[in-house]
Amino acid sequence: MSGSDQAAIEPTLAVSGLKTHFFTKAGVVKAVDGVSLHVNPGEILGLVGESGSGKSITGFSILGLIDAPGRIVEGSIRYKGRELTTSSDEELRSLRGDRIAMIFQDPMMTLNPVLRIDTQMIETVHVHHRVSKAEALERARAALAEVGIPSPESRLKNYPHELSGGMRQRVAIAIAFINKPDLIIADEPTTALDVTIQAQILAEAQALCARTGTAMIWITHDLAVVSSLADRIAVMYAGRIVETGRTADVVSAPRHPYTQGLINSVPSHNVRGSRLNQIPGMTPSLINLPKGCAFRTRCPQAIDACLEPPPIREIGPGREVRCFNPVGVARPATAEAAP
Amino acid sequence: MSAEPLVSARGLSKRFVKKPDLAGRLAGHLGADVREETVHAVDHVDLDIKKGEVVGLVGESGCGKSTLGRMIAGLLSPTEGEVQFKGKPRDKLSGADARAARLAIQMIFQDPYASLNPRARVEAIVGEAPVVHGITTRSAMPAYVDDMMRRVGLDPDLKRRYPHQFSGGQRSRIGIARALAVNPEFLVCDEAIAALDVSIQAQIINLFMDLRTEFDLTYLFISHDLGVVQHITDRVVIMYLGRVVETASTEELFDGPNHPYAQALLAEVPRISTEKRSFHPIKGEIPSPLNPPSGCHFHPRCPRAFGRCRNEVPVLKEIAPGRYSACHLNDG
Repeated sequence: MSGSDQAAIEPTLAVSGLKTHFFTKAGVVKAVDGVSLHVNPGEILGLVGESGSGKSITGFSILGLIDAPGRIVEGSIRYKGRELTTSSDEELRSLRGDRIAMIFQDPMMTLNPVLRIDTQMIETVHVHHRVSKAEALERARAALAEVGIPSPESRLKNYPHELSGGMRQRVAIAIAFINKPDLIIADEPTTALDVTIQAQILAEAQALCARTGTAMIWITHDLAVVSSLADRIAVMYAGRIVETGRTADVVSAPRHPYTQGLINSVPSHNVRGSRLNQIPGMTPSLINLPKGCAFRTRCPQAIDACLEPPPIREIGPGREVRCFNPVGVARPATAEAAP
Repeated sequence: MSAEPLVSARGLSKRFVKKPDLAGRLAGHLGADVREETVHAVDHVDLDIKKGEVVGLVGESGCGKSTLGRMIAGLLSPTEGEVQFKGKPRDKLSGADARAARLAIQMIFQDPYASLNPRARVEAIVGEAPVVHGITTRSAMPAYVDDMMRRVGLDPDLKRRYPHQFSGGQRSRIGIARALAVNPEFLVCDEAIAALDVSIQAQIINLFMDLRTEFDLTYLFISHDLGVVQHITDRVVIMYLGRVVETASTEELFDGPNHPYAQALLAEVPRISTEKRSFHPIKGEIPSPLNPPSGCHFHPRCPRAFGRCRNEVPVLKEIAPGRYSACHLNDG
């Protein structure tokens, strides 16, 4: 499903102006600072960023999993038109694991080590649905089969430690899909896995979304993974989305200098054996961000206007960039945008 | 194949044996079938690395690539076989020769958080070894450390700091400075960039390439990231369950891998693409090295396996000049 006909269908999730700040002794950490995104049924949105860019906190905020000293200070999160930021804990709890599910990076942290797989899966069904134990067990078996686990009946009787890393992540994905959710937030689910297993998991996830119409937000630092999987990409830097668009557009013609830097630093985009095009400097501390555009100090294209925070601008259908001086756009555009 | 190899592995094997515990031994005395569990982490590996070469060692987790790297670096002693340095078996060396051979091979570790002593200042981390080995004197050490830090792109003013005061990329640089401080000829980099952010990875890869020319270094670059391996290595060695399945020059390998496992591995490298792709992953998972499959270790997952693969271990054969593959299919 493409993102172009977004006007016709109601998005599964629409986040606008989300700000999640952490009030620490050292200062206010603006982990998420004005993020807007949406994802449509059956669509996969890739949320890309480095560590500390706020991509995981965005995911946690959607699920209402932010603990003190963190707090959503502004913005709205609408799930099928329902506002989640003002929902009660009970309402959120009835959604989590049923309508909105999450897959975490480390499956050993999500699975309870002292319970068998079947116990954990049946529990997930019973929390949200009044069905018989036999029915719940059958759903568990079907969910395991769906994610490509061989002989699911016998795997149900296993404890998590008896399974390999790839199998555990499959079980975690099966648990996420078991109640046929409308939205899944996947936070770096393949980072800890080998390439061959990663490819298997990506294949399962892609097929499941297409088959069930589940919308998915795939959070990752790996542009290569997401470029082959996602319909649309949103790139985050220092708590803000700096560029969004259809995957093909973003990857073939990045407009934000940070996105361009990320793509250019990938070895396969460089002549073999040559020096890689590196982004200079390091990711800034969120407590002490540079004034104006947070990427300014590392940016090869920075101009005077960048001392002011750039607004996000639409540069094409469904294509937005937060930059005064975008890559491959003639300079005059920056003059009118500058104050 | 003109020059004599700088470092060679000859029939190198490492087995980790888990002895039965007390309960197991008691059960064994009572007649239960309790045996020692043996993991063949590395199984008769031969490897030659010439001076100035960058060799990539690739495989999935559990294939023995780190164990092989650690044996070559001298951090683990092999169960069988030997490591040769400049043509001489390293275990047979003694005195000054043995020390020189040890110093010449240094290792850079994966985790820049776990591989630096949290209680030591950078100055001590980088400067201790060269003083102990007489490469510099205690009084000249601060200047020596300054020089090393500058070479890896760190500000020498930071040398009184502790590791926790640095970012991941800076810590990587400290680990590299520590290895370089004893004038090595050969670096074993075990997933040295895997823990770093994407934008920092490129910086460290560039540093490795700069240092290679500056110090005339030879690398064994252990990585699961085939994109990086393709970029910086001259030759690639692919391992599966403790055995080498294919060795080839990087260009030839990425042009057309020979071994079915190499083909599958290369097909699954995530690349930045403008189109959604469909995945055709190889089935199954890497089997347990406690109980590896008979014959060719890859046969249960191999799309082209036939009868012989189940019974006979394929040997590594030269299929083109400088190119080796261990697969029965090559016998026609």
